Parts: sequence; C-alpha cells; structure tokens
Amino acid sequence: MATLTHHESATAEHLVVTDGARKTFFTIIGAGVLVLILGLVASFMGWGEEHHAAAGHAAAAAHGGAHHEGNPIWVKRVLVSLWHSNLYLVGISVVGTVFLAIQYVAYAGWSVLVKRIASAFSAWLLPGAVIMLIVFFVGKADIFHWTHEGIMDKGSPNYDHIIAGKSGFLNLPFYLIRMVVYLAIWWFFSERLRKISLAEDLNGGTAYFHKSITVAALFLVLFAVTSSMAAWDWVMSVDTHWYSTMFGWYVFASWWVSGIAGITLTAIFLKQNGYLKFLSAGHFHDLGKLMFGFSIFWTYVWFAQFMLIWYANLPEEAVYFNQRLGGYNGHYTGLFFFNLIINFVFPFLALMTRDAKRQMIMLKIVCIAILLGHWSDFYLMLMPATLQGNSGFLIEIGIFAIFAGSFMLLMTRRLAAASLVPIHHPFLDESVHHTT
Amino acid sequence: MTKRYALGIFEDEDVLLHAIENIRAAGVKIYDVFSPYPVHGIDDALGIERSRLPIAAFFYGLTGLSFALWMQIYMLGFDWPMIIGGKPHIALPAFIPVSFELTVFFTCHGMSFTFFLITSLYPRWKTKVMDVRATDDKFVMAIELDETSSQLPRLTQLLRDNGASEVNQKEMTE
Repeated sequence: MATLTHHESATAEHLVVTDGARKTFFTIIGAGVLVLILGLVASFMGWGEEHHAAAGHAAAAAHGGAHHEGNPIWVKRVLVSLWHSNLYLVGISVVGTVFLAIQYVAYAGWSVLVKRIASAFSAWLLPGAVIMLIVFFVGKADIFHWTHEGIMDKGSPNYDHIIAGKSGFLNLPFYLIRMVVYLAIWWFFSERLRKISLAEDLNGGTAYFHKSITVAALFLVLFAVTSSMAAWDWVMSVDTHWYSTMFGWYVFASWWVSGIAGITLTAIFLKQNGYLKFLSAGHFHDLGKLMFGFSIFWTYVWFAQFMLIWYANLPEEAVYFNQRLGGYNGHYTGLFFFNLIINFVFPFLALMTRDAKRQMIMLKIVCIAILLGHWSDFYLMLMPATLQGNSGFLIEIGIFAIFAGSFMLLMTRRLAAASLVPIHHPFLDESVHHTT
Repeated sequence: MTKRYALGIFEDEDVLLHAIENIRAAGVKIYDVFSPYPVHGIDDALGIERSRLPIAAFFYGLTGLSFALWMQIYMLGFDWPMIIGGKPHIALPAFIPVSFELTVFFTCHGMSFTFFLITSLYPRWKTKVMDVRATDDKFVMAIELDETSSQLPRLTQLLRDNGASEVNQKEMTE
C-alpha cells in the first residue's frame, strides 16, 4: 500500500487522442488494406489451390454436396471475413455494457475507475449493427447454407428435409426481426446506461446510481436471452444441420473474456500514457483475475461441449469436430490445438502468479494473446461450415486489422468525449482506495 | 517464561491503520494486531511478508495431476485394460474430469494441512488471548516489553498520541 491518507480523491480527467495515436490506428487500417490486397492477389493467382480438390470431397461427405456454387471463393472469403470480424467486435462492444451492468447490479466499488472504458466500447454497436445487416443482405447465400434458394421447397432439387424442418425458426423475416431486436436492445441499453452516467457527472446525487441499477438489471436479463439466441443465429446456424446446447454459453464465454481483455488493455494503455493516476496495481490485479478465471471458464465450456460429443460419437454431432480435427486434409487441425494453447494454456500459466497480474507488461501480452486467440476461436466456429477447406489467413487478417483499427478510432473518440473518471459516482472513493 | 506486552486498544479501523504507520515509523516493533474482522491493507501496514503458500499449492496441484494421470493410465491402460464405449484404453479426454478433481483435491488438502502446520493450529494448542474484546468490537495492538517494562511510559504516550482509547499491560506465560 502506497499511502493511507484518505484525503485525496479523483477529479475529472479528459483523454486527448493525440495525432500520434490516431496515426497508429490509421496505420493499422492501412496495414489491413495492404494485407487484404495481398490476400486477394494470392487468391487470384491461385496460391494454395491444391487444397480445393480434397476440400470438395470432405465437404460433400459432411454436408451432402450442394457446395461450390455461387460466388467465386475470394468473394466468399471476403464476405465471411466481414461477418466474422464484425461479429467478434460487436460482441466485445456489447460485453463492455454487460461488464458495466454487472458492476452496477453487484454494487461493485472497485471498478468505478474503469467503468468509462467499458462504456466507451459500445461505440462500435451502431456501426457494427449496420455492417452486420448489410453483410447479411449481400452475403447470406455465401455464409448461411439455410438461405439457399429452394432448400426448404419439397419440389426443388436443393431440398433438404432437415433444414426444412427448421424453417419455423430459420426463415428470413423472423431471422431479420430477431437480429434487429437483439442489436436494438443492446444499443438502447448501452446508450441509456451511458446517458445516466453522464447526467450523474453533471448533477451528482445518488438518484442516477439507483436508476442505473434498475436499467442494468433489466438489461442483464434481456442480454442473457438475446446473447444465447444471437449465438445460435449468427454463429451456429452456419452449420445448419448441427446443433449444440452449449453453444450460447460457448460464444458468450468467448466474447466475455475478450471484452475483459479489451477493457484491461485499454486501461493499461491509458495508465502508461499518464491518465487515471488512481488506477493502481490492485485494479489490474482484479482485472487479471477476471481474465484468468474466464479463460478457464471458456475452456470449461469448450471441453464440456467437446467431451460429450467425443464420448457419444453420434455421427450428426461428431461431424463438427471431424471437420476441425483432421477434416479437409487437416486444414484446421493446427488451429484447433493453437486455439486451446493460446486461450487456455498460455493465460493459465502466464497469469498464475500474483506479480504477473500486477505488472502491466505480462498482463498486456496476455490481453493481446486473448484478443487474437478468441478471434481465431470465432474463425474456427465459422470457417469450416462456410468455406470448407478454402479459408486462408491473408484476407481474413487484413479485414480484421481494418475492423480493429476502426474500432479503436471510434472507441477512443467516445472515451475522449467524457471524463475518464465518473466524478459523482457514489463508490468512486472506494475505487480510488482499492487494494488487493 | 513470562513475557510482557503493552496493549493499545483502538476503536476505529482507520485510526488503527494510521497508528500502525506512525508507531512503526517511530522505530517501535509491533508484536501483532488483533482485530474482530480482517482489515484491508493491514498486512502491508504491518510489513508482513507475503505467504509462500501459493507456491506450495502449485506443487500440490502438480502432484495431484501427475497422480491422477498415472493412476488412470496404469489402471485402464496396463493393469486391467477394458474397452469402454469403443474408445482406446488410454482415452485422455475421458481422464480430464478425474484429473481435474484430483488436482483440486490434492491442492486443497495440501494447502490446509500446510497452513495448520505452519501456524501451529494442531489439537491441544492454546491460543494467546491478549484481550477478549478483540473478538467483539475492539482492535488490539500488542507491543512486546522487556524484563523491567522500562519502555512502558513512553509507549503509553505514543499509543495515546496515536488514538488508543486505553493502554494496558499484559503478562503471558509461555
């Protein structure tokens, strides 16, 4: 403990996004564009083409044919990548608000100093929602098997009776309504919580805090349902034949731990640039514990899903892991194990000691590893069903870098729009004097 | 052997923490502080070194994991191989739940017993009670005195200056 004097308290602080920082974000976007172009060129030149033949067979075995129709592979790859990276960031965005809501409902005091960071993450929700709708309209045939023409008509050559049996849930109008409803709920509550908090900054008093708790509690209930359904709609429905009752949790766990890693990373960058002087090793320790714990939680959900499917070995269930472990000529096998190492083994061992969670360097490395690791987790969820063995990395990473750069631009703009410290938060003092 | 202690009784947690800082700064060695509930930051204020129990816990966990894996691989793979659910004899994914449980089991028990040993919490152990009110609503700071209690006047003044509501003397027979 540095000091026991209880007279200091935090004052309003405003982030100034320097030209240097903005230049870094644009550099990330620019690098993304370069990698994307390189990836497109590589795709046109047909590098790595030898995989395709084998992939076709594996896909036919797994899905009963009906592939390699429609758009050329590079278009598919761009569309699926847009969906993938946007989906990942929309999730991280809403997790900011979920984190905020949980802190309110739990009457948590320690986290007050990072609340504005979590709240700034929702900057991506609106653009993310628009991009998601556009990509769905443009790319639905390339991403979602169930949207194919005639797949639910008995007379059509494309007819698939399993998919037709799901038409009550997976039909365009209902799907679109659900999508808009999830995003609207998430956006509305993010804005609402932020607005209440900003009004509190101006006027003070505890009325805002109590109102936030009501709003947060309502949001958490709605989010529990919508996040799970969004996981079925946006991620699981690409594997239209397959289903898993663990999937809602699995996607949530992935989003949640990445969101916490994002909040921690932002806090570290702010601290290292001289902001938030009351943010201490104690706060980082707690954020580190959350990252450590939820990396294990993700692994637990992952393993619960894997082991049941592996043990029962029912063909209609096991196909999911057949595609990822050895399927498509082993296209995804390496990534499958990489996913477990970067998202479980590495954070588990690296964050085990107290010092690792209190010193920013180790925490920073783990944050970045988790953010990249869960991006590749979503890659593993989406690619085998949509692109079979044709996915690569250049186009995908390029698009992710463009999205990540844009996310940082919008997020820091929102972070700079208000004080970094919610100065009239009733628990601010508790956070300022937080020790672990 | 008899030991003498000066006991400063405090009413408030914040006053106590400040007193600890000031009294240590004045060069006085504090024997121990007794409080009705855990006080945040008191370990750092008293300058108590961090426990090495987590390091022991890691090795207990490692022992548990190795034991669990050895047991399952030996029993199901070599000693009495059986075909279960068409899986190989050594089916690692199926071993993970048991390995996890035994890792936790070894860690908990190892840590508990190590803790009891280190803190001498074994049967028939008599605890030194400096002041019974430390289990109710008072904070008690104990400072060891020498044979003649010569520092007592100075310590009384120091404790009172730092907010102690009373200062008592206590003798303890080892």
